[in-house]
Amino acid sequence: MKVAVIVFPGTNCEMDTKYACEKLGANVSLVFHKEDKLPSDIRLVILPGGFSYGDYLRSAAIAKFSPIMQDVIRFANEGGNVLGICNGFQMLLEMQLLPGAMKRNANVHFISKFHHLKVINTANKFLHLFKENDILNIPIAHGEGNYFIDEAGLRDLYANDQVLLQYVDAQGRISNPNGSLDSIACICNKERNVFGLMPHPERAIEELLGSSDGVDMLRGLLA
Amino acid sequence: MKNLEEVLKKNKLTVDEYNNILTIMGREPNALEMSIFSSMWSEHCSYKSSKKYLNGFPTKAPWVIQGPGENAGVIDIGDGMAAVFKMESHNHPSFIEPYQGAATGVGGILRDVFTMGARPVANMNSLRFGNITNNDKISKHQRYLVRGVVAGIGDYGNCMGVPTIGGETFFDESYNGNILVNAFTLGLAKSDEIFYGKAEGIGNPVVYVGSKTGRDGLGGAVMASDSFTEENKSLRPTVQVGDPFAEKLLLEACLELFKQDYIVGIQDMGAAGLTSSSFEMAGRSGSGMIMHLDRVPAREEGMEPFEFMLSESQERMLICAKKGYEHKVLEIFHKWDLDAEVIGEVTNSGNMELFWHGKRVADIPVQPISEAAPIYDRPVREPAYLKKIAVINCDDFESVTNQDAFIKLVSSVEVVDKAWIYEQYDSMVQTNTIKAPGSLDASVIRVKQNGKALAMSSDCNPRYNYIDPKNGAAAAVMESGRNVAMSGARPLAITDCLNYGNPENPEIMWQFAQGCYGIKEACAALHTPVVSGNVSLYNETNGVGVFPTPAIVMVGLNEDANKVLPSAFVNDGASIYLVGETKSDFGGSLYMKELFDAVGGKLACIDYAKELKLWNLVIEANRAGLLSSAKDVNVGGIAIALAKMSAKSGKGVTCKLSLDNTRDIFAESFSRALVEVRDENDFETLAKEVGIKVEKIGTIGGKSFTCNDVSMDIEQLQDIYFNRFMQVIEQDL
Repeated sequence: MKVAVIVFPGTNCEMDTKYACEKLGANVSLVFHKEDKLPSDIRLVILPGGFSYGDYLRSAAIAKFSPIMQDVIRFANEGGNVLGICNGFQMLLEMQLLPGAMKRNANVHFISKFHHLKVINTANKFLHLFKENDILNIPIAHGEGNYFIDEAGLRDLYANDQVLLQYVDAQGRISNPNGSLDSIACICNKERNVFGLMPHPERAIEELLGSSDGVDMLRGLLA
Repeated sequence: MKNLEEVLKKNKLTVDEYNNILTIMGREPNALEMSIFSSMWSEHCSYKSSKKYLNGFPTKAPWVIQGPGENAGVIDIGDGMAAVFKMESHNHPSFIEPYQGAATGVGGILRDVFTMGARPVANMNSLRFGNITNNDKISKHQRYLVRGVVAGIGDYGNCMGVPTIGGETFFDESYNGNILVNAFTLGLAKSDEIFYGKAEGIGNPVVYVGSKTGRDGLGGAVMASDSFTEENKSLRPTVQVGDPFAEKLLLEACLELFKQDYIVGIQDMGAAGLTSSSFEMAGRSGSGMIMHLDRVPAREEGMEPFEFMLSESQERMLICAKKGYEHKVLEIFHKWDLDAEVIGEVTNSGNMELFWHGKRVADIPVQPISEAAPIYDRPVREPAYLKKIAVINCDDFESVTNQDAFIKLVSSVEVVDKAWIYEQYDSMVQTNTIKAPGSLDASVIRVKQNGKALAMSSDCNPRYNYIDPKNGAAAAVMESGRNVAMSGARPLAITDCLNYGNPENPEIMWQFAQGCYGIKEACAALHTPVVSGNVSLYNETNGVGVFPTPAIVMVGLNEDANKVLPSAFVNDGASIYLVGETKSDFGGSLYMKELFDAVGGKLACIDYAKELKLWNLVIEANRAGLLSSAKDVNVGGIAIALAKMSAKSGKGVTCKLSLDNTRDIFAESFSRALVEVRDENDFETLAKEVGIKVEKIGTIGGKSFTCNDVSMDIEQLQDIYFNRFMQVIEQDL
């Protein structure tokens, strides 16, 4: 399967994402943000983690103006699968391909650690290889992962099965590292082809590094 | 020259140095030339006080590709790969402005490494602060400094996408007036694709790349070569401002450039900016150079030649390109939206000629200023305090029960987990981190290119260095090597950051000299040469210097990334062995400091042969699959080392040792380790072969921690270990 990983100035997880997808058998192209067209036959677009444009204004606020983004929006609107990880999730919110917004972490600090997640919904390509209530252990690393959405929006998310992962502890009890509303870590759009999450599945594909719980997430989209 | 005295004072030059300048120039220098000499001959750039002692460091081994003298050291790690690393201080700026000072320290060391053609793959840092625990003005200010430094380090490294995988912190009153911020970076390169800071080949263009030059950091190198007093507290304008985003672009552009054959040499603009980079590049090659300062990209209008030469604006590099390829070079940097300009060329004049709108404004011979910088033989005198503190003994104080002592020691901010710090650092980006910060002992990353693992550990116990400057420094080398060995890696080479007080004080100079002797002796005996390093002097405020602090980072190689040894307990029911011998060594101990507020006594004996045996035993036993975990024994002795292994793993342990004195469970004898053994017979046999004493002292399991007459519930132990630091550091928020 052909995957495009978009590289913005300040992106820093593109190589990790490429490495992970290739390890799972994908054919990965790194696409520079100044391009205006995705390569042909792309089946999955990944917006990787990092600090696009330094995140000096508001995380991911500038990346949406990059030339390639018009084609990413077209791709998503035509039903193509798009995954935004960390800074990529923030981009999807900025481009309104996903609803809601990000605030600074509740404790104001950058937080980097392994964190447990609970699978809330599996009726989507991203998590279809898991069972509901599975507990996963996947690294987080962000300064602005405090997800927010208004009440009506939140009701919609639940009504349409768009809340996919929640931050929990090892026993599955809510444990919220960053102040996210309802401890939300991952959502998708109504059409279930655009996915955004703050945790880094590409960092959890080998037991040597502490966890391989990210494998079935990526495999879900690569299958 | 008019007002010579005033001019020399402003430039921090002596009359002797001025006479030397007259000889070199054959005439009176103009103001621009004076400021160039001032920077190049500052302590920070010229190492004029320290050079005498740095000469003669062991720097060679079959695996050393590049020793000191370049932007960073380089060692061979097999399969055509090389590790490029160095540590550097950013002490003075971080005390003045903690966030930017620490951030630009990280930025500077990253550039030192990627300018050599290496992609940075790991950061570490070694931090010393004053007392942070009290509820007074000093501790409050120190806590503010900790928060600023940590945020600065995090924001810069995180944005760069380089994981911060470990480090060390230490808190003592001696740093109340001068904190120490030492930053370390390790990068990977192909061993035949290393780039050097040289400028040669007549007519080859000199290219400036990176951020524009502004007025920030003007005279930073000169500032860092002075001690703090009441008068110079308002030095904030001499601190640079960091832009990690610009540096990330610079990194990617440089690495793209290095894949091509367009350049002769490259060097980052660190301390003394354009001045030191241009003089050092030309100096290494014996070349001359012309630079047109009006062509340097400027951040603001109206800047003058001396400001371009002395600015320490960050995120800039100087390149000597191959003639005819300058446009290719510019193209790459423009792709990354960075400034890039041809500002001069290499000549054979042997002089640095600076032009301003076509007019020559400076003309200085290169070799004498960079290669013939002054070397001082400053007076040394054994400090008077040493004799007084040498007699201090635990028996001088009221005795404390082991249980009470344990509670005090295990709650010490020096001992407890520092998640509050390291969770602000992205430690896992690049997906190589095997032993992340908080794992105890060395930090370890795998090398994707060859399946091996690199272990590294930053260490220095300033109390040891205070009571015995020579052996304290040697002990730092031993400890960093021991930590590396505990992960199963073979220690290969060190980088150092030598932080001392004012070298014009003979007692401080003596400490420095002794520290160098200690490092020399230890590195030679342990076969771990020095490949790079940095000296930071004048860490003194109002006449009070910091504890001698020679921070050492040891780098080692594990042949198999799948055989990295953890440092916390793994299996319930497994046996714990103590390796090495325990004596009643309390000189400079945590025990004396925490219980009696005393720093004194006699340092434990150093035995390099024994140290090497310990390393060999753990490395060999791990290779043979005999061990499940290993941890060295250092501050707080056996009891604290066991408590850390227990807290980190959440597993209880019961240990019983027979010792000369009951308090010896806290003794700090060197060359010891705790190992969790999988195969006891084979391990004991191997220990006999290696010739080192091992002793089974207990078993893992249960819900409590017990070591002789000390015990604590695991839950309580973990609560202290994991929560205490945050309680201390956030008490005023």
